[in-house]
Amino acid sequence: MIRLSIPARQALSKLTLPVLVIAAFGLMLLGKADTILAERARMALNDSLGPIYAVLAEPLGAIRKAVNDVGDMWNLRAENAKLREQNEYLRRWQSIALALDAENTRLKASLNWIPDPTANYVTARVVADAGGVYARAALLEIGPNHSIKKGEIALDERGLVGRVTEVGSRTARVLLITDLNSRIPVIMETSRARAILVGTNGPRPRLLYWPEGVQPQEGERIVTSAEANAFPANLPIGTVTHTANGVPEVQPFALLNRLEVVRIFDYGMGGVTAPEAERHTPGRH
Amino acid sequence: MALRHRNPGIRPRQTLGGRLDHAARVGFPATCTILLMLATQAPFGIAGQAIMLPAITLACVWFWSLFRPASMPPAAVFGIGVLLDLLGYMPLGVSVLVLLVAHGIARRWRRFLGQQGFAMTWLAFAPVAAGAALVAWALVVALTLRFMPPGVAIFQAVLTAAFYPVLAIPLAWAHRAVPEAEAI
Repeated sequence: MIRLSIPARQALSKLTLPVLVIAAFGLMLLGKADTILAERARMALNDSLGPIYAVLAEPLGAIRKAVNDVGDMWNLRAENAKLREQNEYLRRWQSIALALDAENTRLKASLNWIPDPTANYVTARVVADAGGVYARAALLEIGPNHSIKKGEIALDERGLVGRVTEVGSRTARVLLITDLNSRIPVIMETSRARAILVGTNGPRPRLLYWPEGVQPQEGERIVTSAEANAFPANLPIGTVTHTANGVPEVQPFALLNRLEVVRIFDYGMGGVTAPEAERHTPGRH
Repeated sequence: MALRHRNPGIRPRQTLGGRLDHAARVGFPATCTILLMLATQAPFGIAGQAIMLPAITLACVWFWSLFRPASMPPAAVFGIGVLLDLLGYMPLGVSVLVLLVAHGIARRWRRFLGQQGFAMTWLAFAPVAAGAALVAWALVVALTLRFMPPGVAIFQAVLTAAFYPVLAIPLAWAHRAVPEAEAI
């Protein structure tokens, strides 16, 4: 080690902070110039931390369940009454759905309908929030020998969750439909009008660009559209609700703030690359 | 190194255990900051958990820069900043800059704040937290060229300032329990 005189040492130590502040600006430029670098570093970090969080997820989940159970005990009676009512209602719907399904199969058989290909899927555990303060994303633990690719589609048991944007060797990041960068072509189910679902980082994404003469109805179901070959048609997303200002938003079916397990579907879609990857293509900046 | 220069004279050679102990004491603040940062990422399933990461990191850097600056040098702050950028999905460099500036302010006010009580350090931390959230927000908007809802930044500022006492009490305890290398 080089021996320096004490004044030189003091001067040097005074210089460290300004030099590092300049280095911080340099890092910003570097991050802007080479976005892949940050993405790689992040996935490497996630790959090493993912297994730890996956191990932690089990006991933490158990604790959370126990706490929720105590809360549930309080309103057991009210909940029970509500569930009975809902059950009655769903039973009626079930019979209708079964009848419609049978009818649908009959009609398809008489039309020689080409059935949609069934998609392969894998199920993965959500191990951490991967959004930070200014994004909405989830980190999945997918194990070492996976076949997950960018652009595949994540659903929970209720509806659309988002799309895979980054894949590491053990983990994958899913950009949620509520993220600011999320744009999804959708169809309003009753009017069959097309629109774009735009994330706002809030809990409910916004509906934009619907055709003139159509108004999104309160409670109308929103499903994906096969346009642009990014999503298969008719994946359930949510229902329309209007804000106090009359702006139509979509309440997602998926429990996006309590994701535990998601299914990643490979529909073989390659129409549009995931938003994150899209920004990396040269010539876009 | 500093130990040798500050107290000149003949001393017995440090044993391996002694050196390990010294290294552990010097590395303690940065290590505990990083461990706390990683802990905030664990799947607790709390709403708004993402905001805890920058809040805890800033509070830790502020606390250790004030009370143990020798163990929280600018280089360590830089490293913690890079980790915060990576873990928190911020554009690279943003948290690095914010933490370095907070560290600089803590160093400048150290003489004064060190003599004041806890309330005063907290009072001084509140505007730093607000400034940090605001600067981070402005940099994210500038670097991503996208207007982010400013409500998040305000929430982050309030939460960071409000959370400081919760963190400062165990940190103060740890500060006393693990004395500085030079102090023994």
